[in-house]
Amino acid sequence: MSVVDPGFSPASPPPPPARVHLDAGGNARLHPLARQGLEQALTEGWAEPHRLHSESRRAAALLWGAREAVAGAVGAKTEEVHFAPSHVAALHAAVRAVTLGRRRAGTTIVSSAVERAAVLDAARFVTARAGSDARHDVVGVDGTGMVDADAFAAALTAPGVAVAALQHSNGEVGTIQPVGAMHAAARAAGVPLVVDAGAALGHAVVPEDWDVLTGDSADWGGPSGVGVLVVRRGVRFTADWPEDADSWFPGGVSVPSAFAAAVALQACADDLAAQDSRRRALVDLVRTRVPQLVPDVEMVGDPTNRLPHVVTFSCLFVDGEALVSELDRAGIAVGSGSACTSSALEPSHVLAAMGVLTHGNVRIGIDRATTREDVERFLAVLPTAVATVRGMLGVGSL
Amino acid sequence: MTGEPVVVDARGLRCPIPVIRLARRAQDLDPGDLVTVWSTDPAAVHDVPAWARMRGHAIEGSVNVDAADGAFTAITVRVGG
Repeated sequence: MSVVDPGFSPASPPPPPARVHLDAGGNARLHPLARQGLEQALTEGWAEPHRLHSESRRAAALLWGAREAVAGAVGAKTEEVHFAPSHVAALHAAVRAVTLGRRRAGTTIVSSAVERAAVLDAARFVTARAGSDARHDVVGVDGTGMVDADAFAAALTAPGVAVAALQHSNGEVGTIQPVGAMHAAARAAGVPLVVDAGAALGHAVVPEDWDVLTGDSADWGGPSGVGVLVVRRGVRFTADWPEDADSWFPGGVSVPSAFAAAVALQACADDLAAQDSRRRALVDLVRTRVPQLVPDVEMVGDPTNRLPHVVTFSCLFVDGEALVSELDRAGIAVGSGSACTSSALEPSHVLAAMGVLTHGNVRIGIDRATTREDVERFLAVLPTAVATVRGMLGVGSL
Repeated sequence: MTGEPVVVDARGLRCPIPVIRLARRAQDLDPGDLVTVWSTDPAAVHDVPAWARMRGHAIEGSVNVDAADGAFTAITVRVGG
């Protein structure tokens, strides 16, 4: 006998469809093994690692193990690896300390125009403080975002260069830079090369062509609040901040977070090839289908020489931030390099340097949890979202 | 082909409105005509050339103007055929 409560009504609404997260750049979801590692380290390595008792020594051992694991993943010695409180902090420290350490050689900083804002900001900061002789030599890129290699190599041989910075690959548009050739040119010129691998570690094989390397835990599925700085022995540096037991990053970092970051990086290395082909196929799907589905779209970045998990495009006559909000309402999270309505006054310096449309920009980062269904749902929603935003601006048949 | 360029005053407007106003005006012009857009939006100096490239127009020049009522950029486009 079935009992039906007369007051019952099947009013509980259907659950909203799951969110689709396609904004993994520096913002990936936590790797399942990182979560496990974090719990383990919170249990065993919660203590402050500089004291003499057993609890502290256990935390110190976990931290050393984490440095060892990162060293193994990037091709460095354990003592060359340092954990930073963020990737931005790692880049700031690298540019500041290496420039000051090389002050006898000069004060010029060479970088590409498409380095992360943290590199460009640190270069501006350092040269402004160093006096009127100090220069930041910014080398341009082509339409795909690839640095002008001849100009970069020539800039390295100018007198008075303290340090050079070139990203392994661009996190906004995916294009891979010629770090091997530029590291050879830097070595020939006697200039240390800082390579920002913040968009690449955990996703691509990063060659050992660097003197200083940086990485971002939150980009490869480790916890946020952990950056990595690797400084090869022999690179001269001088801290321009107060002394501390943790000389690179005063006060140190959270041991459990650093440990989980290292676990995640190791785990990414274990299935790098499988994740590469899986995500490259999803990126290719976006690159092929979006121009078919949406009129007046420009795909951005090198079509082949690229990261496996980043894809970017710009839509003509579209307010990029309005498009992000429209997609968000449809349950989909994407990034954008546009600055049309936000408090950001300047559009992405990367898109600007490439000479491509800065408005109507959509940036997608695919993490290991992103499925083909997620991407298909994005592709199903995108044409209407673009048409809606264009409609709001009265863009008819322009 | 005309002499004086047509002016589109898009000062104070944020992207992508300056490019939209420019595109709307350029639609009524003949190949070879000149049209100048005045803009204070930092994106316009990147997006007007990108739009011109996508639509087959040519950039004739770009100047920063220091007017009494505020600085702006004037970008002149030659309408393509």
